[in-house]
Amino acid sequence: VDGRTVPDSEASGAALRGGTAPELRPPRYRVSTKAIWYWTARASFGWLVLLVGQVIWLVAAHDGQAWHGIVLAITAVLALAHLIVMPRWRYRVHRWEATPEAMYTQSGWFNQERRIAPISRIQTVDSERGPLEQVFGLSNVTVTTASAAGPLRINGLDRDTAQRLLDDLTVAAQAMRGDAT
Amino acid sequence: MTATPSPAGTAEPAGSTPPDSAGWRRLNPRMLLLYPVQELPRALPALFGLLIAGSSRGNGQAWSFVGVAIVVGLGVMRWLTTSYRITPDQVQVRRGLLRRQVLTVPRDRVRTVDVTAHVLHRLLGLARVNVGTGQSDRERESGIRLDGLSAEQADGLREELLHRRARPGRPATDRTAAAPAGAATATVPAPAAVVERELARLDPAWIRFGPFTLSGLVTLGLLAGFLSQLVDEAHLDPSRFGLVRTVVDQLAAAGLWLAILEVVAAAVLVVAVASTFGYVLAFWGFRLVRHSGGTLQVTRGLVTMRATTIEERRLRGVEVSEPLLLRAVGGARCIAIATGLRVGRGAERGGTMLLPSAPRAEAQRVAAAVLGRREPVIVPLRAHGPVARRRRYTRALPICALLAAAAAALWWWAGLPAWVVVASLALPPLGVLAAADRYRNLGHEVLDRDLVSAWGSLVRRRNVLARDGIIGWNLRQSFFQRRAGVVTLTATTAAGRQSYRVQDVTAAEAVRVAGEALPGLLTPFLAEPAGERPVRKAPIRGER
Repeated sequence: VDGRTVPDSEASGAALRGGTAPELRPPRYRVSTKAIWYWTARASFGWLVLLVGQVIWLVAAHDGQAWHGIVLAITAVLALAHLIVMPRWRYRVHRWEATPEAMYTQSGWFNQERRIAPISRIQTVDSERGPLEQVFGLSNVTVTTASAAGPLRINGLDRDTAQRLLDDLTVAAQAMRGDAT
Repeated sequence: MTATPSPAGTAEPAGSTPPDSAGWRRLNPRMLLLYPVQELPRALPALFGLLIAGSSRGNGQAWSFVGVAIVVGLGVMRWLTTSYRITPDQVQVRRGLLRRQVLTVPRDRVRTVDVTAHVLHRLLGLARVNVGTGQSDRERESGIRLDGLSAEQADGLREELLHRRARPGRPATDRTAAAPAGAATATVPAPAAVVERELARLDPAWIRFGPFTLSGLVTLGLLAGFLSQLVDEAHLDPSRFGLVRTVVDQLAAAGLWLAILEVVAAAVLVVAVASTFGYVLAFWGFRLVRHSGGTLQVTRGLVTMRATTIEERRLRGVEVSEPLLLRAVGGARCIAIATGLRVGRGAERGGTMLLPSAPRAEAQRVAAAVLGRREPVIVPLRAHGPVARRRRYTRALPICALLAAAAAALWWWAGLPAWVVVASLALPPLGVLAAADRYRNLGHEVLDRDLVSAWGSLVRRRNVLARDGIIGWNLRQSFFQRRAGVVTLTATTAAGRQSYRVQDVTAAEAVRVAGEALPGLLTPFLAEPAGERPVRKAPIRGER
C-alpha cells in the first residue's frame, strides 16, 4: 500500500464553500500610470522590427502574391491588439506593498504572480533606470533574497516613489542581522 | 575520509614540510611525483611539437629529454610556488610564479570541505582538499583547492575547519569503528573529542539496484560516440572485422522483428551492465556518518575516493527521489537539501547525495535519521483535489494528441512510415497513465517543523523542507489556473533547488499552507473580514 496521499475532503470542501477561508488581498499600491505608456513603447519595439521586416520583404519580393499582404495585415492587427490590451491589463495587475515586516508584489498579466518576502530575508535592494524608463521618468526596484528563485521586482514606479521605497528598504534591511539564509 | 593507509603513517604527518615563520606551508612533497602526470595533458601540445621537431632533425632522444625536463620542471615550479596557511581567521593559498596570487577564505565562510583521492593519489597516500564557501554559482572561483596533502593532513584539515566550533570537554565515548584501515585521525590535534555515529553503510545487496539507475546510458552513449568517431577518423571499414560481419549477417538473416529484438536486448544488457559497474565504481564503500561536531559526512568510491562533508546547520531538509525504473523495483535515493550546495545532475548529484539507490525503506530510514524526525518522511500527504487531477489530464492529453496528429500529417504529406503513426496511437493511453500517476503522486502537508511536498512521475520526489529554511512565497496563476481557481504555491529557499512547489492547490489551501508554514507573514495581506468588501476586485483571484 502506498499511503502517499489521502483525499482530503476538508481542503476541497473549503474551496467549494468559498469565503469562509481568509483570502490574500492584492497589494495596496498601484504603479505609476506612465507605466502603461512605458510598456506600450517597450512592446512596440519588437512588433516594429517584425512589421518593418515584413514590409521590406513585401517590397523586395514584389511578386504580387496576396498572402504577403495578408500576413502583414494579420501581424498588424495582432500588434495593435497586444499593444492596446497588454499594458492596460498589466497596469491593473501590477501592484506592490511594503510593510515593516514584509514586501509584497503582484505582477504579470496573462499569467500572474504574487511574491512575498520577509524584510528580514532581504539581501540586496537595487534600483535601475533603463533608457526607455528614463524617457518616461520611471524607475524600478528589485529586491533579492538568498534564494535564486525569489527576486521581487516592481516595474514602472515613478522616480520619487522608487527612491523613497529604496531608502526605506535599505534602512529596514540594515536593521536586520544574520546572513538571511 | 580516505582509507588509504599511508606508507609512512606515523605520528608526525609524513613528509609534511614545517611551516615557515609566517605559518606558510608547502603541499606534500610526494606531489612532486604526481604533478608531472597531472601536467601531462596540458603539456601535451608542446611535447607533440618537440617530438615532431626532434624526429625531423634526427636527434629525437635529446628532444624528448627536454620535453620530460620541462614537464618535471613545471611540476617542481608548481610545488615550489604553492603554499597555504591556516590562521585563526582565514585559510589562504598563495600560488603562481609571475603572477603571485593569494586566495583568502574567511574561516567562518567555509561551508564544505571535500576530500578527493584519485588512483594515483591513493597509491601515494595523498588527497586533494576542496574548501568551499557555498557560493554555489561560482564554485570554481570562490573555493580553495589544495591538491596534494597527505591523507591524514587532509582529514586533519577538515576536522579543524569544520569541527572547530565543537564544544570542548565532551568525552569521546562511542568512537564507532575507527575509519576503515585506520586513517590516522589520531595524529591530528583534534579541537574537541569527535564522536561519530554511522547512519548508513552500503549493503552489497543494493548493487541489485545498479541496473535500474540508467547511469549506464551515458556510458553507452559515450562508447557509441567514441566508436563511430574511430571508424570515421581512421577510415576503418567495420565490415572488415570478422565479428562485426558475423553479427550483421546474423541480423540480416534473422528477419526484421527478431533483429530489432536482438538489438534492443543487447542494448539493454549493455546498459544494465554498465550501470551496475558505474554504481559499484561510484558508491563502493559508501558510508554516511554523523559527527558530533555538527556535520554529516559521506565517504564513497571504489577507485576514486570522495569524502564530502555537509554542515548540519546548513541542512534545510531532505529529498527522497524515485526515478520510474527504480520505483518499479522498490528503490529510492536520498538527497540533502542544504544551503551552499547545488542539486547536481546525473546519478551522483554532486555533493548532496545522502544515499545512493537503495531499498525505499532504507532511503526513508536515512532521511528520517538525517532530519532527526520520522514523521515528514512517511506521513500521508494531502491530495490536491479534483482541479489538480483534471489539470494533469488537460495538460498531458493535448500534447499526446498533437504529437499523434503531427505523425499522421507527416505520414500523409511527407511519407513518414505508417508504423510511426500506429505507434503514436499508443501515446494518448500512455498520457492517461502518466497523468493518473502524476496526480496520485501529488501531495503536500505542513508539519511542526517542515513543509512536505511530493510530485513527479518520471522521477517521483518527496521534498521535506524545514519551515525555518523558507525565505518567501511565490503564488503563481496562469490564465487557466485563474479560471479554475487554483494556485501554484512556491516556497523559495536558499537551499537545494531554491524553490519547492506545491502545484495546483486551491487559493484557500495555498493561503493556509503559507500561513501555517510561516506564521504571521501573510496576516497583514489577508482580506478584511467579511462585510467589508475589498474596494477593488482582486485580479489574481479566480473571480469568474
